[in-house]
Amino acid sequence: MKYYDKLIFDLSKEGRQGYSLPVNKWETSASDLPAGLQRTAAPALPQVSELDVVRHYTNLSQMNFGVDSGFYPLGSCTMKYNPKINEEIAAMPAFAGLHPLQPAQTVQGALRLYKDLSHALSAITGMAEFTLDPFAGAHGELTGLMVIRKYHMSRGDMKRTRIIVPDSAHGTNPASAAVCGLEIVQVKSNAAGLVDVEDLKPLLDDTIAGIMMTNPNTLGLFEKDIKEIAALVHECGGLLYYDGANMNPLMGVVRPGDMGFDVMHLNLHKTFSTPHGGGGPGAGPVGVAAHLASHLPVPKVMEDEDGTLYIADGTCRCENSPEGAGVFGEVCGCSPECMCGCQACGQISGFMGNFGVLLRAYTYILMLGKQNIKMVGPLAVLGANYIKESLKDCFKLPIPTVCKHEFVFDGLLDQSTGVTTLDIAKRLLDYGFHAPTIYFPLLFHQSIMIEPTETESKETLDGFIEIMKHIAAEASADPESLKTAPHTTPVRRLDETTAARQPVLRYKDM
Amino acid sequence: MAFAYFPHTEDDVRQMLDRIGVESLEDLYSDVPQDVIYREEYDLPDAMSELEVRQYFEELAEQNTNLFCLCGLGAYDHYSPAVIPHIISRSEYLTAYTPYQPEVSQGTLRYIFEYQSMITELTGMDCTNASMYDGATAAAEAVMMSMAATKKKTRVLLSEGLLPQVIKVVRTYAKYNGIELGLIPCHEGATSYGALLTELAAGDVAGVLVPGINKYGVIEDLTCFADAVHAQKGLLMVYSDPSSLAVIRTPGEWGADIVCGDSQSLGVPLCYGGPYVGFLACTKDHVRKLPGRIVGATRDVDGKRAYVLTLQAREQHIRREKATSNICSNQSLMALYVTVYMSLMGPRGLREVNDLSYGGAHYLHDRLLETGLFEKAFDKPFLKEFTLKSLVPVELLQDRLQMCGVFGAVEVEPGLVNFCVTEKVSKDNLDAVLCIIKSLSSEEEAQA
Amino acid sequence: MAKTVEGLYYSESHEWVKVEGNVAVIGITDFAQHAMGDLSYVDMPEVDDELEAGEEFGAVESVKAASDLFCPVSGTVVEINEALEDAPELLNEDAFANWIMKVEMSDPSELEGLMDAAAYEAMCANE
Repeated sequence: MKYYDKLIFDLSKEGRQGYSLPVNKWETSASDLPAGLQRTAAPALPQVSELDVVRHYTNLSQMNFGVDSGFYPLGSCTMKYNPKINEEIAAMPAFAGLHPLQPAQTVQGALRLYKDLSHALSAITGMAEFTLDPFAGAHGELTGLMVIRKYHMSRGDMKRTRIIVPDSAHGTNPASAAVCGLEIVQVKSNAAGLVDVEDLKPLLDDTIAGIMMTNPNTLGLFEKDIKEIAALVHECGGLLYYDGANMNPLMGVVRPGDMGFDVMHLNLHKTFSTPHGGGGPGAGPVGVAAHLASHLPVPKVMEDEDGTLYIADGTCRCENSPEGAGVFGEVCGCSPECMCGCQACGQISGFMGNFGVLLRAYTYILMLGKQNIKMVGPLAVLGANYIKESLKDCFKLPIPTVCKHEFVFDGLLDQSTGVTTLDIAKRLLDYGFHAPTIYFPLLFHQSIMIEPTETESKETLDGFIEIMKHIAAEASADPESLKTAPHTTPVRRLDETTAARQPVLRYKDM
Repeated sequence: MAFAYFPHTEDDVRQMLDRIGVESLEDLYSDVPQDVIYREEYDLPDAMSELEVRQYFEELAEQNTNLFCLCGLGAYDHYSPAVIPHIISRSEYLTAYTPYQPEVSQGTLRYIFEYQSMITELTGMDCTNASMYDGATAAAEAVMMSMAATKKKTRVLLSEGLLPQVIKVVRTYAKYNGIELGLIPCHEGATSYGALLTELAAGDVAGVLVPGINKYGVIEDLTCFADAVHAQKGLLMVYSDPSSLAVIRTPGEWGADIVCGDSQSLGVPLCYGGPYVGFLACTKDHVRKLPGRIVGATRDVDGKRAYVLTLQAREQHIRREKATSNICSNQSLMALYVTVYMSLMGPRGLREVNDLSYGGAHYLHDRLLETGLFEKAFDKPFLKEFTLKSLVPVELLQDRLQMCGVFGAVEVEPGLVNFCVTEKVSKDNLDAVLCIIKSLSSEEEAQA
Repeated sequence: MAKTVEGLYYSESHEWVKVEGNVAVIGITDFAQHAMGDLSYVDMPEVDDELEAGEEFGAVESVKAASDLFCPVSGTVVEINEALEDAPELLNEDAFANWIMKVEMSDPSELEGLMDAAAYEAMCANE
């Protein structure tokens, strides 16, 4: 990777252009608008040639690291290979050219994709029904929590406004719950890194809407008491939410529905190989058990008796529904189980989610098929345990049991060197690896969270192990080389404090 | 076990199991209660080759009808230059995660900084984040942000001129978040200033969300709106179409505090509703309440100019349940999409796109009125989309267009239909559409 | 070791209170600034805000952390330290010399519920 220091604005020169448009033959133009509705000065966007643009963004790309560049063991992010066929399918004009408001009869292929992908996700997870509308994992969490609240409210159980979240949970769990108007009750982890059932019991009462769990949890450990937890929570009238961020090790082995979960989300950009794109777009489908299906958000795809697909938008479609019944069951008086769409928790995306991402995920599922899906989890778990066992003599392993897709080291075994987790992460960049997730989970001070995924070869893992051992040796022999790392990247450590104290957030302010 | 995405040979697996000290892959699940392990065959299709997958999707695609698009209402068929797909499919962008390690993510960080610079230029605001899921969710975040920024207020007002999907999503978020919403009706196709004053007088208003261009295609005249809202210590929020902001008065010029919307109009393919790319921008007073990722400029230890995620103390991974939002990502690749688009178009290209769209839309508007099958719904300025009152049954009109491969005349309200024209539409195209519509008139006469 | 100043009142949430007549001068302790690291922003209340004892009145932020501030006494904000808006690092330099806000107390008896320097030091030693 080489350093290139320009912004596109730096290349701008008055009079250059990078576009070509048809000659304007119309008799009117936007300058005919009333003066008071026009902007007074043109926006200061760059003026550059087409090659300027191509070269600039090619140069910028070369300062980036992706899964295609090298090993990306970022814990909880499941950086698996993103197959190229996914991209080609998503770009097919027959899908990319569809307007979201086109009549249902002209988009039967697209709607069939919603049906087929939902069905496949149900088969994989053991949940009865899915919505594909949520845009991301956190958005899925919020949607799932809305379903839970809607369920309680539709039964007149208004006091269930508290939700239990383990201390090891992803930060999005409490944040999503707060946005959904829920109060967070924290449950502690025990010494083995699992939810403490004895700590949980006294929290369960008739104000509890449910519990959010990640299984395996953020330490990569399977919550083996899950069935007991499910029974306890259900007994008190609460529901179980499954954070699917860590679904990859269970794919093809365990279905969340069979563990007793009522609601879950999946991250298609993790488990189902759609590219992360530098932070998005992703997709966070939400699956529910049968008794919650009526509360999934709209718009949703429905099927007529003759197999024609149509979209329910939340307006009551029942025969005896009063005129202008509105949406979301506010007036129509249907039962909470009514499946016409009127009992939906609401609408959470402008149209129907990130359709392009859904196409990619289904492509992946078709490539895997019923045969290969069974190997995804086991091979992911194999890789994680292999790294863990290979490095536990150099790094502090607080919980030594078998892990799932990821595990957590608490810094170096020899903590006398003053070398921190941050230094180790930065040094890895020098050696051509992406860093693991660091300082998460918060249960340890020097967390290093490693997740290799099933698409990495033994040779790649061996290369990583060798470098990690080398870094551990460097920490003793030459700690300074770590504390000043990275040395070979396009830029080195950044002054983040000044960036936050005096934010410069646009070109104009530089 | 051989499969293109699994690199493991049987020998590899054996050696790895030996290192771990277990016999089999099943042993790696020894901590899982055996009765939750799924031992049946998955109800999924058989594995396919790439060739078969292509055939599968080609067949699925045949069940779709690609129509000539004359519809707007939140998704716009603008031209996407050839350069963009080549740039965004570069795997260094495509297969990267959120830029947590800035030293190896300067590509992502720098284009987000450029994106922020361009969005603030278009909107006339001081700051923006690294993008949101879509326009509707950006509006919901704007509403929650206005609550956080004003403290101790309980109500937010929405204009009924907002796109219906935006109102629905905001209503959903508000319902669970505990925000009381009030609606400001439209009068003659524009948000009623009088009704706004009445609602404001009732007090307790954290913010007011109005469209820049409303669901009728009317460009809203927001004169005095900011003063009225600010007088009650509330925030003015504008839902905008960024493409149009190259020519129409900006939310910044109207005195808005927060601006949101969908940047899909900046060349992003229709793609049946997503992925698109929402945006959320604000004045500098409110930057600490702005949700989502934000990139800032700084320097590295050698003094090199560099970019980094900043103001992270607002975010969920630090603040957990006290975060201003649960957003922990952005539509980064789509932000790159529109950044490359804006770079190519520049100020003149974007103006030209608007001029072409305006010219075509006004041509269609005037010719449609001449057919005698439509009446003006409102007499208000518009840019690329407009609403007419249809004098023929709307379903008949829609069916005829669709039969001829045209998608348009979507019903905004009973009897009122939308048309949208972009630079992709030529005069010949519109004359052909007019010909189809005129055929309805001759039939009606024949029937009469 | 973080320092304390004799003669001030201390809260469990690491604010200090210096009493000047009926006005409480409030800041964060040296222990708190040390735990936060380099501060990047201080979110302050507005003058005339009315606060209850224990109510949140703002926050301090560093690059990787954020911590809410809680008002140790009830009253009305009469002044805020505007210098912190541009220079939050003043709190790192000397947390006791740089106050955050001044509150006209409505119930000075609430001070009795706060700790003295020795009790506060003992509490910090256990954190």
